[in-house]
Amino acid sequence: MFGGIDYGVVERALPLLWQGMLFTLQLTGLSICGGVFFGTILALMRLSSFRSVSFFAASYVNFFRSLPLILVIFWFYFLVPKLLGRPIGGFYSVLIAFVMFEAAYYCEIIRAGIQSVTRTQVHAGYALGLTYGQTMRLIILPQAFRNMLPVLLTQSIIMFQDTSLVYVVGLKDFLTTADLISNRDNRPVELFVFAAIVYFIICLIGSNSARRLQRKYTI
Amino acid sequence: MIEVKNVSKWYGAFHVLKDCSTSVAKGQVVVICGPSGSGKSTLIKCVNGLEPFQKGAITVNDISVGDKATNLSQLRSRVGMVFQNFELFPHMSVIRNIMLAQIKVLGRSEAEAEERAMKLLTRVGLVDQAAKYPAQLSGGQQQRVAIARALAMDPFAMLFDEPTSALDPEMINEVLDVMVALAEDGMTMMVVTHEMGFAKKVADRIIFMDEGHIVEDATTEEFFGTPRSERAQMFLSKILSH
Repeated sequence: MFGGIDYGVVERALPLLWQGMLFTLQLTGLSICGGVFFGTILALMRLSSFRSVSFFAASYVNFFRSLPLILVIFWFYFLVPKLLGRPIGGFYSVLIAFVMFEAAYYCEIIRAGIQSVTRTQVHAGYALGLTYGQTMRLIILPQAFRNMLPVLLTQSIIMFQDTSLVYVVGLKDFLTTADLISNRDNRPVELFVFAAIVYFIICLIGSNSARRLQRKYTI
Repeated sequence: MIEVKNVSKWYGAFHVLKDCSTSVAKGQVVVICGPSGSGKSTLIKCVNGLEPFQKGAITVNDISVGDKATNLSQLRSRVGMVFQNFELFPHMSVIRNIMLAQIKVLGRSEAEAEERAMKLLTRVGLVDQAAKYPAQLSGGQQQRVAIARALAMDPFAMLFDEPTSALDPEMINEVLDVMVALAEDGMTMMVVTHEMGFAKKVADRIIFMDEGHIVEDATTEEFFGTPRSERAQMFLSKILSH
């Protein structure tokens, strides 16, 4: 198995691997956007003074955080087409699964971020005549996002790695593609080493830029 | 202009304000003092509705603060407030801090808002700091910016919540000077402070609070002459002795 490593295998597989990487990046990017968007809404709901609203958000978060991601992916893959009554394609069902799952995690990060901004900043906004929405959007959230940028990016990097779990429903992301090619050409070492290097580089770039962004935006 | 009638407030079981009544006429400067925990900051925050109260009524310019139908944002936009810890927005430059609410609340144009902001910065002596961020300024400078930010909304009254308590001694005067000038211009002011020199100089009336009660509400001469309550006498002797 380790005899005669052939890097040409990887080179010939690059177009297919690139397809897989595009899938992974798209899924990651869209899931981050959707997850942060719904996570912010959930966080605001969790901090709401209306009991029922905060109870709903808390239940949502606790529910999704107590399920394994792989189960959620599996579930949504079968559930979403049933609920909608028509097939929407594998990509969209896993996208919905990721957004809903990640929103729960982002919610907790964003909630902590909002709570890191002092209550009197809210008062300062109100005292100038700003509404709740304006105060959140213009004053609290910009500060909160700066404070939580490192954690937010760490969570996003974890999610980037987690997208490989879509193999359970047979979608061809980067890692699944590498696996398929390794089976086809019987070259697991080359392909899995290559896959590991690619994941490593992307995550390294991600965490480095997290650190740089944090330094740039620290107030 | 500001009427406070029989206001009571509870934090859970804790009775913070007990049947407080007072009023501030247009152009008057009223100083509120008293030991910490006496409810003076809470009272001033009730005036612009930052703190809800359970009993009584507060009206500002004949608008009822406690009324659910009142548009509080609109009311607050015309009642300036200055906080103990300045509460400038740290992610915005000084000039943006002053422009933000002018644009978002009053609907002024960028140019108008900027012009007004520069005028006010000149007035508080900080025109050369406009592009800086709050963290780059000293406490005294930050508080002057905070005053300019409140004035930019053309308020008909100003509330000050211990504006000098978080400042180093050498910076207190630069803030007080701005406040004295404001009082002399005829601004209606409610000021929670322990700066008795300021009170003597510009206040029309002094309110002394203790344990949620308004114990004393007297003209400045009366208050510093002979406070009627023993509690106020004790308080005065403590803070004037050093």
